[in-house]
Amino acid sequence: MNRTVDVLVVGGGPAGLAAAARLAAAGAGRVEVLEREEAAGGAPRHCGRAGFGPYTGPEYARRAVAEAVRAGAVVRTGAGATGWAGALGGALPLGPGRGQPGAGDGAVRERTTEGPLAGPAGGHRPPTTERRGTARGATGPAGPAGPAGHPLVLEVTAPTGLERITARAVVLATGARERPRSARLVPGSRPAGVLSTGELQQSVELFGLRGERIGRRAVVVGSEPVARHAVGTLRRAGVAVVAVVSDRADGPRLPCPVLRGATVRELVGRGRLSGVVVRAADGRAGLLRCDTVVFTGDWLPDHELARSGGVPLDAATRGPSVDPALRTRVPGVFAAGNLLRGVEPAVVAAAEGRAVASAVLAHLAGAAWPDPGPALLPAGSLRWVTPGRLSPSGASGPAPVLSLRPATRLVHPTLTVTQDDRLLHRQRIPAFLAPHRSLRHPATWAGAADPAGGAVTVRLEAGRTESRGGSRGGRGS
Amino acid sequence: MSVTRCGVLPDTSAPGDAYDVTVVGAGVVGCAIARELARYRLRVALVEASGDVGEGSSKANTAILHTGFDAVPGSLEARLVREGGRMLAAYADEAGIAVEPVGALLVAWDEEQLAALPRLADKAARNGHHGTRPVSAAELRAREPHLGPGALGALDVPGESVVDPWSTPLAYATQAVRSGVDLHLDCRVEKVRPGGPGVPHRLITRRGVLRTRFLVNACGLYADAFDALVGRHDFTVTPRRGQLVVFDPFARALVRHILLPVPGPLGKGVLIAPTVFGNVLLGPTAEDLDDRTATGSTAEGLAALRAQGRRILPALLDEEVTAVYAGLRAATGTEDYRIAAHPELRYVTVGGIRSTGLTASLALGRHTVELLADAGLELGAERPLAPVRMPNLGEASPRPYQDAERIARDPAYGRVVCHCERVTRGEIRDALASTVPPASLDGLRRRTRARAGRCQGFSCGAAVRALFEEGTR
Repeated sequence: MNRTVDVLVVGGGPAGLAAAARLAAAGAGRVEVLEREEAAGGAPRHCGRAGFGPYTGPEYARRAVAEAVRAGAVVRTGAGATGWAGALGGALPLGPGRGQPGAGDGAVRERTTEGPLAGPAGGHRPPTTERRGTARGATGPAGPAGPAGHPLVLEVTAPTGLERITARAVVLATGARERPRSARLVPGSRPAGVLSTGELQQSVELFGLRGERIGRRAVVVGSEPVARHAVGTLRRAGVAVVAVVSDRADGPRLPCPVLRGATVRELVGRGRLSGVVVRAADGRAGLLRCDTVVFTGDWLPDHELARSGGVPLDAATRGPSVDPALRTRVPGVFAAGNLLRGVEPAVVAAAEGRAVASAVLAHLAGAAWPDPGPALLPAGSLRWVTPGRLSPSGASGPAPVLSLRPATRLVHPTLTVTQDDRLLHRQRIPAFLAPHRSLRHPATWAGAADPAGGAVTVRLEAGRTESRGGSRGGRGS
Repeated sequence: MSVTRCGVLPDTSAPGDAYDVTVVGAGVVGCAIARELARYRLRVALVEASGDVGEGSSKANTAILHTGFDAVPGSLEARLVREGGRMLAAYADEAGIAVEPVGALLVAWDEEQLAALPRLADKAARNGHHGTRPVSAAELRAREPHLGPGALGALDVPGESVVDPWSTPLAYATQAVRSGVDLHLDCRVEKVRPGGPGVPHRLITRRGVLRTRFLVNACGLYADAFDALVGRHDFTVTPRRGQLVVFDPFARALVRHILLPVPGPLGKGVLIAPTVFGNVLLGPTAEDLDDRTATGSTAEGLAALRAQGRRILPALLDEEVTAVYAGLRAATGTEDYRIAAHPELRYVTVGGIRSTGLTASLALGRHTVELLADAGLELGAERPLAPVRMPNLGEASPRPYQDAERIARDPAYGRVVCHCERVTRGEIRDALASTVPPASLDGLRRRTRARAGRCQGFSCGAAVRALFEEGTR
């Protein structure tokens, strides 16, 4: 079945629904949201707690769906985009490196003027064309769009059948997931009882699992706010929380024992988990007896569709590289929400959904797809910055608001912005920054950047040195 | 004719009711033997201590369908791997088991390894594999552009393939059961009371007593322990652990062949191979242990694998890890299988089946049945086996979520439940209703790929569990 829509939004979470609501309300034509789950609403659906504006997660999700539908968007559930058919379409031989001139050259200042299809963005991960392409009859080497103006075609699987949906604009809002135990390389046995927060919350909130159906004694691993939510979900379900293991010395304060500066070294148990070996801050190791362990946080963008379509990614976030209008480097393809970098609160993702709508409308009205502006590269104690590029046109319009995510806890850090060894901006930030929260930074200096110049380095450095043992990221925790 | 998981075993106490043959151990080897026996009008039992087939070494290997080019020439293993490889390739085609004949490259990283390649080509020829060919550094680079710097050349070994290791024992067991074999799971054998002339053996199991005229030991890591139950002490099994890392499907574009190391004095070394599921494997380690249950990974093992992987295929390490696992192979101190028939005991031990066991399995089945016949088992006339067609789990052929006609006939195949691996509700339903249904979520994963993907259950875990519990109630 082949169909055509004006805007196809992939992902019915807060960002996708907000984008669809605004686009439909603004008269963008047929706006369709594809949600692969049985119900739309995204992660808030299974966050059975307050903190979504004035609502609980499920209430927030229902309202977001209702708003999009009321505005006239079509929200389809149980329908998943599995790949790009593309203008070039057809099965092509597999092969690494195809369509990737310059792959792996590591250059960070390259700016391509031939458009995004000429190759990967400098310094970005090469858009490896996925092997699923062949078997699934998907992507050509040039990505989904071909030369600018070609239609965007997505392949969709739904109980009603296979479809090819052609869209004038595609908004990717596929969200994020937690890095699982395996990818964190936590050694040990492979028993039952190892969960992520996502699986835990869905088990409890969507499938009604309670108490011993989950486990009796749980250990939660992680330092981000979601660790608190995992503790809350476990307790509501009637599971005792033995401890929270946080690799940061300034780990969260929670109503249960928190082992700060500690890491999980090994999982133990045959069949069912029987304990986790934890190394404490003082170097001593011990076994925490438990039958359940929840690995939380350490978010990753769910970039499968973006990457399989050859949408260049940002090296630091691993989400699509976007400019302040949330345009990716493939004409007609936009990205919003947690796909861009991992988790921010739902209201932030929804705000991005609303923001992307303006650029989509301009695109539908015929605005040219601009060449990409200079890349923003994080440096020092900055883990990532989004959007990861500046506008290509320089100082027109208001200054973009960037999200800056520190890698470690910082006290009154100094922010330095340089381009081609030219200082654009320096500022002391009178605040404490924590690695689980982004700093919103109006880039008032953006007008000073040369839109035709090289990459812009955004550096965050500790103002006052603080001796803290926190480590960056959660890998190997 | 049936699969049992609990309750008392069928009554075998009457003189005519004993099983003709009981195969102990439902790994890939035991299942292949039971399938081969199912060709005859015999009463056959396949008995397994764990709750599923292929739960031991069979589920955690490198999933390679070998040509046997590097076996010890003249050994039993060399012959059975060579024959079994051909048999399994044909069987896989017939039973719908995914195989990808990607070929292998033995990559030399130093002059010593380069100098060893002609000897390996010669060894391959002595094993009947005449298709190997030296590959220059430049050609190697062209064929594997993502290879790390420093590779000096390679030996091209066409014919080496990757295979679906999960569906293989399952297909054998399914076919055996459909052809009349009784599969008893969760049925550990605790004692054996050997029979005598005209008196069957008595196996004392966790679920009762089972009498059988002939007995086959296919106990893998426990083959020596089972031998001891019947009074044999011919060899000792030393578990050799292999840890492996599975990389995300995005890594699949980085590698086109099975990249084998040149075996050296320190062992066979670490390989990188595509999988039929579309991932990339890195491993295995080789660690001799005492504990036959030590299937855990270790920080040291993973660090060593990553270091070697980075050298072979640097870009691999930038990709996400999907899974980490460890398997134990049954080393016995000799470079060959330990297969022994004891006609006086009406007993055959199929021991020391190492990493080549998957490839050799069908030949092992045939060989074992020949040994049983030599030991006095009357086979009678052969009859065709019940047909079996396994669900395709491989990425090289279309999967149900891509099949418009199938979805039109049954919308359950259009309802994707596990999004990473694109497993549909229809496939999960089919697995739960299959001849040998899964007993656990891990068993369901090996039948469908559900939960085997990059999110490891973040998105689908709760839904898959709910379907499993609903389907097994």
